[in-house]
Amino acid sequence: MKYLIVLPIIIPLVAASFCLLAWPWRQVQRWIGVLGSAALLAASIALFCQVNTSGIQVMSMGNWPIPFGIVFAADLFGSIMLVLGAIMGFAVSIYSLAAMDQKREAFGYYPLFQILMMGVSGAFLTGDIFNLYVWFEVLLMASFVLLSLGGERGQIEGAIKYVALNLVSSAIFLAAVGILYGTVGTLNFADLAVVLQHYPNQGLITTLAMLFIVAFGIKAASFPFFFWLPASYHTPPVPVSAIFAGLLTKVGVYALIRVFTLLFRGDTGYTHEIILVMSGLTMLTGIFGAVTQNDMRRILSFHIVSQIGYMLMGLGLFTKLALAGSIFYIIHHIVVKTNLFLVSGVVEKIFGTTELKKLGGLYHSRPWLSVFFLISALSLAGIPPLSGFFAKLVLIQSGLEIERYGIVAIALIVGLLTLFSMTKIWNEVFWKNPPEPVLPAPSFSPVGWMLPVTALAVITVCVGVLAGPIFELTIRTSEQLMNQEIYISAVLGARP
Amino acid sequence: MNSVILRVAAQILKPVFLIFSVFLLLRGHNAPGGGFVGGLVAASAFVLQMIAFDSAEARRHLRFEPHAFLGLGLLCALSSGIWAFFQAKPFLTGLWIKLQIPVFGLLKLGTPALFDLGVYFVVLGGVMFIFLPLKDE
Repeated sequence: MKYLIVLPIIIPLVAASFCLLAWPWRQVQRWIGVLGSAALLAASIALFCQVNTSGIQVMSMGNWPIPFGIVFAADLFGSIMLVLGAIMGFAVSIYSLAAMDQKREAFGYYPLFQILMMGVSGAFLTGDIFNLYVWFEVLLMASFVLLSLGGERGQIEGAIKYVALNLVSSAIFLAAVGILYGTVGTLNFADLAVVLQHYPNQGLITTLAMLFIVAFGIKAASFPFFFWLPASYHTPPVPVSAIFAGLLTKVGVYALIRVFTLLFRGDTGYTHEIILVMSGLTMLTGIFGAVTQNDMRRILSFHIVSQIGYMLMGLGLFTKLALAGSIFYIIHHIVVKTNLFLVSGVVEKIFGTTELKKLGGLYHSRPWLSVFFLISALSLAGIPPLSGFFAKLVLIQSGLEIERYGIVAIALIVGLLTLFSMTKIWNEVFWKNPPEPVLPAPSFSPVGWMLPVTALAVITVCVGVLAGPIFELTIRTSEQLMNQEIYISAVLGARP
Repeated sequence: MNSVILRVAAQILKPVFLIFSVFLLLRGHNAPGGGFVGGLVAASAFVLQMIAFDSAEARRHLRFEPHAFLGLGLLCALSSGIWAFFQAKPFLTGLWIKLQIPVFGLLKLGTPALFDLGVYFVVLGGVMFIFLPLKDE
């Protein structure tokens, strides 16, 4: 069915509209939210299967001739990201039923969440660089409101930093798109890829590429643009933190990978070298930040930064194996990171705080929660046989293959420090004796909280167990990315 | 604001504003106008009510909550794209029908107008969504 490609946009929009129509009835909104996320997941999986079996799907909006109209194009990379996003959306909407407070629900949490999912899906599907900007704005608008919804003091402080930095990034992105259009006169990804290959003044193109690195680097929270993330991600309620942690920076990484595999590959010795250096520094600064923190959610926020480094490492190395490693890493990271944040939400519910020194003894009172945390944490640190091990293995192997020992050493050291900082959380939150005096744990029904946590932990284990088939899939994905002709001919070949 | 002149004027101006907003909406396809500016003019009719009387009065004139207009507008704009599915054309393809109406002559109806109508409702809902709580403060 050829309309599958627009369904990931239409479904969240319909769900958001119905949530708005059902504004006074909170209960109805909750179920519309869950239904919408479930439908989005189903549509994304169907689209992925279609792309997997019959190649890149293309649709030109409004039947305008390509490359003048806005094109949606779903390749393997985009549809994998879409499925991951939809899984997280579904898990977090279930979690929200239990974890979201009434006040935020009454002020439009559910419609905003759907709009956020629409923006994320749109960014993964679009085949037009200006349209990519538009989807970024859609998801940023929703995220601005979600971040500040509730209006707590800490939240507003975090939101100001987040909004200011992201506006700067959007301005740079828009300027870069404008200059690009002024230079080569097209915005369609496939068409741009063709034109940029033969553009005489490659120096100008490299300059533009640098602008895009800055714009997407801010969104992806890579070094040296990461500082907004640890300042804001621990402030909103946990479901919001979790979906931000799982998805938003990854949209930036997605954009970087898309742009630097399809458009800017004329001077890889320069551009991709810069990305590689950025990735190494991102890993190091992120992990050093995490090691110094003493709050569970802050530690996890800094870990996002260090993990972004691994994803960029594959792009910087720029071989087929390395890109496959990056994609594997993204698959692993999104699931694990969202789950760690969801666990931190349960911890906050039990203790009323996530400061390490006020926590303890959870292994005794909540063994299952501890097990699920441990699965995710060890996977993040890269302990076999969990998903993170294979993701790191592929990246390190690809680094050794082309003899980039420096970045491999950094990746290994950062892996070790990740393990250190995960054991720190484990010791403080789950292992050590609870602090005195012991507060009576608030009674709450754990089903709604634990269901998504369990599901994501199971997915983490599955990614580890099924590492073979997933690795094969990521190799095919990276072949598609490395060979830009496939994308170009799929999009430009779809001309009527 | 307690002004008799403003209250009387607001009552008279409301239908004028609304008719003008619809005029702008319909004119928008080929000439200056459209859903956005039409929605703003329509919203200003209700904002005027709000200033002359109070927000309860404006809500009463609006009949539905602002969110309902937002949701309705989004669905309306979306539906303009869905029609194309029934003719196996890509999403958002503009479709037109020609109607021969006795006295007025040829009328061309198309899905872009539906999109504009959606924008009209979203802008109306959005503006009222912002303004009504301001008056309540």
